[in-house]
Amino acid sequence: MGKKQAGTGPLSRRPDNSAFKQQRLPAWSPSLTPQTVLPTFYILSLVCLLLGIWLLITVEYTYELKVDYTDAGTCEQCFNLRKHAIDSSTPCKCTVSFHVPKTFPRVSFQHDVVRLSARCLPQGDVFFYYGLRNFHQNLRRYMDSRDDAQMVGRKNNLKAPSSYCAPFDYDANGKPIAPCGAVANSMFNDSLTVMYNPTDGSKIQVPLYRKGIAWYTDKNVKFRNPPTNNTFSLQQAFEGTTRPLYWQRPVYELDDTDSNNNGFINDDLIVWMREAAFPNFKKLYGVLNRAQGPFTEGLPAGNYTLSINYNFPVEPFRGRKELVISMVTWFGGQNYFLPIAYLVTSGLILVTAVVLTTVFVKVGKKGKNMEE
Amino acid sequence: TVFFCISFTSPHHLFHCPQSNCIMTSKYNIITFLAVNLFEQFQEVANTYFLFLLILQLIPQISSLSWFTTIVPLVLVLSITAVKDATDDYVSLWHTHIAYFNCQAPLHTEICLQKEKWMNVRVGDIIKLENNQFVAADLLLLSSSEPHGLCYIETAELDGETNMKVRQSLSVTSELGDPNNLAQFDGEVVCEPPNNKLDRFCGTLYWKDCKYPLSNQNMLLRGCVLRNTESCYGLVIFAGPDTKLMQNSGRTKFKRTSIDRLMNTLVLWIFGFLVCMGVILAIGNAVWEKEVGALFQSFLPWDPPVDNFLFSAFLSFWSYVIILNTVVPISLYVSVEVIRLGHSYFINWDRRMFCSRSNTAAEARTTTLNEELGQVEYIFSDKTGTLTQNIMTFNKCSINGHTYGEEQHMAALDFSAWNPLAARDFCFYDQSLLDAVMEGEPAVHEFFRVLSLCHTVMSEEKSEGELLYKAQSPDEGALVTAARNFGFVFRSRTPGTVTTQELGKAVTYTLLAILDFNNIRKRMSVIVRNPEGRIRLYCKGADTVLFERLHSCNHELMNVTSDHLNVSDGLRTLAVAYRDLSEEQWEEWSEHFRGADKATDCRDDRLAAAYEEIEQDMMLLGATAIEDKLQEGVPETIAILSLANIKIWVLTGDKQETAVNIGYSCKMLTDDMTEIFIVNGHTVQSVRGGAANCMPDESKCPPPQAPPPSLLESIKYFPLSLGQAHALEADMEREFLETACACRAVICCRVTPLQKALVVELVKRHKKAVTLAIGDGANDVSMIKTAHIGVGISGQEGIQAVLASDYSFSQFRFLQRLLLVHGRWSYLRMCRFLCYFFYKNFAFTMVHFWFGFFCGFSAQTVYDQYFITLYNIVYTSLPVLAMGIFDQDVPEQRSLEYPKLYEPGQLNLLFNKREFFICIAQGIYTSVVLFFIPYGVLSHATQSNGVPLADYQTFAVTTATALVIVVSVQIALDTGYWTAINHFFIWGSLGTYFTILFAMHSSILFNIFPKQFHFLGSAHNTLGQPVVWLTIALATVICIAPVLAFRFLKLDLKPQLSDTVSMSVTIVCLS
Repeated sequence: MGKKQAGTGPLSRRPDNSAFKQQRLPAWSPSLTPQTVLPTFYILSLVCLLLGIWLLITVEYTYELKVDYTDAGTCEQCFNLRKHAIDSSTPCKCTVSFHVPKTFPRVSFQHDVVRLSARCLPQGDVFFYYGLRNFHQNLRRYMDSRDDAQMVGRKNNLKAPSSYCAPFDYDANGKPIAPCGAVANSMFNDSLTVMYNPTDGSKIQVPLYRKGIAWYTDKNVKFRNPPTNNTFSLQQAFEGTTRPLYWQRPVYELDDTDSNNNGFINDDLIVWMREAAFPNFKKLYGVLNRAQGPFTEGLPAGNYTLSINYNFPVEPFRGRKELVISMVTWFGGQNYFLPIAYLVTSGLILVTAVVLTTVFVKVGKKGKNMEE
Repeated sequence: TVFFCISFTSPHHLFHCPQSNCIMTSKYNIITFLAVNLFEQFQEVANTYFLFLLILQLIPQISSLSWFTTIVPLVLVLSITAVKDATDDYVSLWHTHIAYFNCQAPLHTEICLQKEKWMNVRVGDIIKLENNQFVAADLLLLSSSEPHGLCYIETAELDGETNMKVRQSLSVTSELGDPNNLAQFDGEVVCEPPNNKLDRFCGTLYWKDCKYPLSNQNMLLRGCVLRNTESCYGLVIFAGPDTKLMQNSGRTKFKRTSIDRLMNTLVLWIFGFLVCMGVILAIGNAVWEKEVGALFQSFLPWDPPVDNFLFSAFLSFWSYVIILNTVVPISLYVSVEVIRLGHSYFINWDRRMFCSRSNTAAEARTTTLNEELGQVEYIFSDKTGTLTQNIMTFNKCSINGHTYGEEQHMAALDFSAWNPLAARDFCFYDQSLLDAVMEGEPAVHEFFRVLSLCHTVMSEEKSEGELLYKAQSPDEGALVTAARNFGFVFRSRTPGTVTTQELGKAVTYTLLAILDFNNIRKRMSVIVRNPEGRIRLYCKGADTVLFERLHSCNHELMNVTSDHLNVSDGLRTLAVAYRDLSEEQWEEWSEHFRGADKATDCRDDRLAAAYEEIEQDMMLLGATAIEDKLQEGVPETIAILSLANIKIWVLTGDKQETAVNIGYSCKMLTDDMTEIFIVNGHTVQSVRGGAANCMPDESKCPPPQAPPPSLLESIKYFPLSLGQAHALEADMEREFLETACACRAVICCRVTPLQKALVVELVKRHKKAVTLAIGDGANDVSMIKTAHIGVGISGQEGIQAVLASDYSFSQFRFLQRLLLVHGRWSYLRMCRFLCYFFYKNFAFTMVHFWFGFFCGFSAQTVYDQYFITLYNIVYTSLPVLAMGIFDQDVPEQRSLEYPKLYEPGQLNLLFNKREFFICIAQGIYTSVVLFFIPYGVLSHATQSNGVPLADYQTFAVTTATALVIVVSVQIALDTGYWTAINHFFIWGSLGTYFTILFAMHSSILFNIFPKQFHFLGSAHNTLGQPVVWLTIALATVICIAPVLAFRFLKLDLKPQLSDTVSMSVTIVCLS
């Protein structure tokens, strides 16, 4: 039957009797029955509730501290100094004092519940971010204004920046800029130093890892220096290019101490080049080095001083700068949005489920118009 | 006036550029294909729009997307359409070959005859045709093998009439019998230019300094079949596309479905919406550039041509038009085409619409109308050949007050035993009639004698005793066949005689006169002189007409016979009578008759008067009843279709009585329809009156309780209301329509083909309903072309109707399957498809709108540009296509069991403007969730190694992934029928998404094209984070839960019939 009869028999044009052609493919026809829908809603609600609670507890154990140093402390004069001139040839240093009320991270596992998840809780790492407000890294033309081929260290592209970089592709003398583009040009260039002031009066600089703060792929694939060797230094590699307009130092002097953190593969540069999606953002500045001193357990509570090499102007775009100190759990830093969103969702679904159940029990007419 | 001149000195030498007989129905050839097809495609507004977008994208200041985001889908869409066009064209080219290449017509060239292919026949050639051959071109008949240059043709392919027609050559040319003489023929034909009038030809032959007028009587038109004629010679006058057949096939009007029109409106609205969004965002950009952007100048100066915020806003408007263009889905039209194509194939493949008797499967001849099959409200049906088989059988008779043939269930009589000339396929069940013949009852003998003499049937006797009748109408054939089997065998006729064999004895009657049948007389008579020399008039005709002309002594018999006729359920009846004429009467009348015949003015009226004169005082013999058997399953089909709230109007050229009878037998009219209105009148006033009579009656009985009255609309007044009486036109139309629509069944009788189309047009125009016309003959072509959907029955009457139709099959009963199963599913699938399609595009695109408020309205996209390119054509296209092609809400048996399931289509419930706005709202809601949930989470979140997640690429990947998952869950929710293909496409699409995502973000591609694939590592870094997955899960729950809740509530509070039915199916399956 299934085969088409050959030739001109009386049924030669009869269509095949295949399930596909006769639209009889075996199929699963799910339908929304109360037996499936109502339990789904209750289960969803429960799952969201549990997730919400778990996340909330987790978040409760994180801690974040923000120090806005835009014009705080002695930075007011620097703020004013940077008000108009973007060119920052005159260095400006200032300090801001702040107080850490609780030790980072708070390692007091009193509750049994928490102890169970202790392994997921803060490991003692403390992260230092710089935050910018009202800085639009997500403008279309801003984001386009970079040359990834240049920053991957390609010889040809190094001295021929992409036209997307305009007007930050060549300087006034026609020298190619490396790295070119608005993104690199506007790189955050304050340097931050945090001093711990213990009650005994001595000042200890908080040691920070300033490396390993970028994505592995960025550091190792996306950003590459032009090839160098023992006789051919990085500076020579960058011969013929010039530094971006707003930079104080050329790219090959970003970190003189470590060749693995210099040039295009400088972590600060890489971090900056990963544009933020929203105008208020923070970027990783460093991680607390807990090798010694009072910092083995984290950042102790107490008074601190933040000294800043104040270079980055925020006044022109009415922005703010801040230092953010934070710790992370298994799912990242302090983030109340997610647990609360889960709890709210859970509540709403529960309400919906109750409404649906009521409707189903009281007024539903499932199957009753079968006779119609 | 333009004249065509065809001149030749010898048959193969032509002065006029000869038209070849090759007909190209294909549009393209290999060389021009690309250019012509592209040109045609860019005439589509949508395609031009995308081309315009593409050009916009090439302007660097505007370009917010890479050029390939538009060009890839555009090229894909164009190439799919081009492939489809090419296939369609190839198929039609192939049809051309089939139709015109496989027939070989002997062509006369030089002196010898030579076989040639049809396509090589040219104007001016002389062609020899043989019996039963198709006529290859429009020919002037030159000579034939029959005497007097006569030949017989069958014109079923042309006009649907199955009887044979006579054509005669000019006497001067008919003498040119053999090829050698024909080769010497050198004449010149001047004739009218090619036209589509089948019944008219006007020309002159100039030959040997003489003029000979040519008329249609001399023409053999392409499409006719030569019958009963050994051979004939013809001169090609028109060939190829000039032939009347091809001229008549005309350009079919391009039909569009209501969904198409709605879709176009909606696309325009979406354009409007797009412009609004663009304007809002441009204003936003102006404000932002003024307030914020101006301050940001030191970090990002304006592009050179931009010098103020207004210009920036202007550019931003165009940039956003580019970004948001995906709300107008480029793949919409092509997807719709693909789905319809799939549905058409399902129709072609349906075994339950295959007729094994005629070995024909159903065929969807157009692929653009499928979903409209699910919305039909009015069916206009032809009667003969559509509802009935168009095979007439002699079923009953009443002879001299005695009925025969009431008993139907005994074995069929065996005639061959005593009558060697009996037709084998004739069945009759009443032994008593045969007995009566044997016993020699004079009335019975006379009765059958009438049947054997009074007709215009031609006979063909191939070998002794093997008779073949060629009848003008199947009725006549049935009667003559009946007489033949009962021993009164019609054997042959000449213009002056009729030879029969009466009970084994050959008798030759002299045929004195034939008083022809026409629609006004409704009867025909012959006057014959039998071998004994007696003159008798034999008459058969409609009972009403005949009874008025009987001798008064017949009163009693007349009453009995008419009682018999009244119980003739649905049969076509004729009364039979005779009159003895004396020699004087005959002489006197024939004088009259000759006078009338020769009259030049009012000949028809005079003839009719003369006929009337002689057809008086007749003696009734009895009546015949012929059954035009209903096709299988017609009453059931009509019943089911009426239950589906489809109104069926029968439009027939038949007389009222027959139509009513058929109406009853196919259960359109039932006995509970007590009030049958017959609107019948010759003038406007009488029709008015008739119609007015109906209306008050209807208002008396409230429609719901009492069975609605049914109306029999004799269409006679219709030409008045539509044609001459222009002043009354609109007036009468409305009245007709109102009356007719108030009725449950409408039968229009005596309708000409044009009127059929007018009725359809009327309903189409005033009722805004989807109409379907179904018919089998050439007389239905106009109606089939006019209606939204034309269905052709491939049956007895040629293929004209099928060629004009959109769908064709061979049995009326397949209509229920076409509408209730295929149509319903097509509509359902198309609606679900469209809802989802608009939803997914809005969900996808509107995210950009919300992001605009955070990125300074700079037209930054949320997603990676590859995602934008591939979203519509790869990630989300196949699951919804699979749903659009395979989805089923209830099993097919159910849609036949519950015809009410058809109603949502008629009421346009599944996809209309309201549904569209719901989809759009859902899409926008989804976009809000998809933007703000990741925004809320990611703007503060960090990875577990402290790196912030708020970077653009992470956000892009998160949103895109959430979007793909949400729309996949949504399609999973929308899919009601999960075949393996659906599973494959849905899971496959998700898999493809992740595969492509990781591939695009891989270091391999980055190392080759660092600028193009700068999302390096994003997929890996983002999707490795639990917080991202928690975000996606949350977004999915928030998007889907309300949909689920609403659907459940709708199902619970306002279940549709389909829900209940499918629910009951589930329950049955479970229990």
